[in-house]
Amino acid sequence: MRKAFVPLLALAGLIFMTAPILIMRARYESTMGLVQKIFYFHMPPAMLMLLSAIFCGLISMLYLIKKRPVYDWIAFAAAELTVLYGAMAMVTGPLWARKAWGVWWVWDARLTMSLLLWMVFVSYLLLRRYGGPGSETLAAGLALFGMATSPFVYLSVNIWRTLHPLTSVVPTLPVDFAFALWYAFLGFLLLYIALMTMRVRIEEQRALVDQLYLESEE
Amino acid sequence: MSLDFLELSIRELSRNFGRRRALSRVSLDCRAGETVGLLGPNGAGKSTLLAIVSTLATPSSGDVRYGGKTAGEIGAALRGRIGVLSHDLHLYSELTAKENLIFFGRLYGVANPEAVAATALERARLGDRGGDLVSGFSRGMRQRLALERALLHAPRLLLLDEPFTGLDDASTRALVERLRELRTAGCITLVATHDLDVAEVVLDRAVILQDGKLVASEPDVRGLRTRYQARLRTGAAS
Amino acid sequence: MTAFWRAVWIIARKDLAIEARSRELINTTVFFALSCVVVFSVSFVGEGGDGRAMGEAAAGILWIAIAFSGTLALGRTFERERYGDTLRALLLAPGARPAVYVGKLLGVVMLLLATEVIIVPLVAFLFQARLFDHALLLVSLLVFGTVGFACVGTLFAAMLGRARSRDVLLPILLYPVTIPVMIAGVRGTAALLAAEPQLEMARVWTMLLLSFDVVFVTLSLWTFESVMTE
Repeated sequence: MRKAFVPLLALAGLIFMTAPILIMRARYESTMGLVQKIFYFHMPPAMLMLLSAIFCGLISMLYLIKKRPVYDWIAFAAAELTVLYGAMAMVTGPLWARKAWGVWWVWDARLTMSLLLWMVFVSYLLLRRYGGPGSETLAAGLALFGMATSPFVYLSVNIWRTLHPLTSVVPTLPVDFAFALWYAFLGFLLLYIALMTMRVRIEEQRALVDQLYLESEE
Repeated sequence: MSLDFLELSIRELSRNFGRRRALSRVSLDCRAGETVGLLGPNGAGKSTLLAIVSTLATPSSGDVRYGGKTAGEIGAALRGRIGVLSHDLHLYSELTAKENLIFFGRLYGVANPEAVAATALERARLGDRGGDLVSGFSRGMRQRLALERALLHAPRLLLLDEPFTGLDDASTRALVERLRELRTAGCITLVATHDLDVAEVVLDRAVILQDGKLVASEPDVRGLRTRYQARLRTGAAS
Repeated sequence: MTAFWRAVWIIARKDLAIEARSRELINTTVFFALSCVVVFSVSFVGEGGDGRAMGEAAAGILWIAIAFSGTLALGRTFERERYGDTLRALLLAPGARPAVYVGKLLGVVMLLLATEVIIVPLVAFLFQARLFDHALLLVSLLVFGTVGFACVGTLFAAMLGRARSRDVLLPILLYPVTIPVMIAGVRGTAALLAAEPQLEMARVWTMLLLSFDVVFVTLSLWTFESVMTE
């Protein structure tokens, strides 16, 4: 996995460089014009944020059961990436929404769930930073609970909102939109994997240094 | 008692917190009827060792076997055979002495907790203070009460963390006497202390910890103080 | 199985005994909840100044007061176990360790329900809200919601045990995870308070809270031993 970092980064970089061409070539969406193009930079991070959160929750559960340090490193990296990608989505999202719906934000099920999930993982990072020793296990519990609460958030906002239906809806995309979108998604995905690899490697090296310290005292 | 064991076996126990080594490959064997001392300066790892043996913490490597089996193999019932006197005393200051004992007696499934609590109060020489809140007790009184709390369920393994702190002469003698009784009764006792004079009187043997490592094993406790100081000096120099 | 519940009851009874003596937690929690309600109400006073204009604010204020006072109560409950390191003493008992979790949870839930007995009528009084027309539904909403909030809170408060910054970390960790409880509680209460009480909606919210409780109590029981071992 270590050796994959540079090729992954290079590949991701390549995709990001060529993506604008595809995005330019994709048809202009009828009502929104150029601003709609932000969607290509919004949807992949948003989707990856959700996937990353689920991934972190599952790895945390594994860590609680098996207690192997590598699971903790991966969970930490996944949490950081969740916050990062979430931030990307939440900056690009309102920019798109303002044009599409006329408002910066709506309290619909998906957005609320994403926001809450993002907040759970921000609190995960705060816990790891300020919680003192032993916070790995606590954070794993938090990630698990955060993952478990997301369906409930989605469900409760959904039930609430069926009383006040929203006119906003994710448009179904015609083919040439879709290709550019999945291309951008691939780019973000590769970037995610590259960053994750690097981050886990940092933790692994840190553990190695600790181990060396311990052994030097023998 | 369906669950019992006669040996305690600590093998290559290590525990580290990141870069900090709390315990480093400590090995120790104890049998029923032995009172073993854990000596060493503050930060040597005595409390960490006791925490792991009492099942409150897990080691980074190595294991602890109670009669040949690990805590995981035996299950939660193991805790019913272990008594702990920690330096935080494990007493509720908002309850009376008697209530504390009855509560823990019930929790440990002791038969007839009120009677057992009354006897324990007598042994702690607090018979007339049973109805007083623990918040009003001196350190020495709490220590005596905490010891009886640890012994309510007649444990096989007794772990004492600095039990002689804050005790006056009479209480110290009473504690020494109590430990001798327990030894005759077949209890395995691990005492972490840095009170060397009392240690000589009450221990069968001792091990010395420094920076998480077991630096010396003393099968004979006479003249312990001089050898202890010498060991620590050489330990520090190496 | 009965050994488990016996241990739970022994622990809960001990907390009750301590509380009965000084009544410190109940008094301070109730009064804190009262001041929350009053302060928030004043912040949301409608034009008429007679309380009726606030409508749905009543439901929100009630549940926020429960959440805030609940957070304090959780912190204080575990502060008591920190004094003589008695939480570790409980973990050393021979019963299954999750019994400690359930025992503490029972104590916290009872404390919060006792607080609600006082502030719910207060909210009804301040907002001329007809909260007692559908008492059974309201009570179910409150009970299931309180259990939901407390079950996650008890686990987090226990696991934060001796962590640094634990006082502020508890609400930071707790609030996002218990948002469904807040939403369901507020919407359910609001449904009961509406000019045309929507009983069906209130039932739906109550069911949602119940399923939240089941899921999270189970999760907490599974993870308790794991997060409490050092």
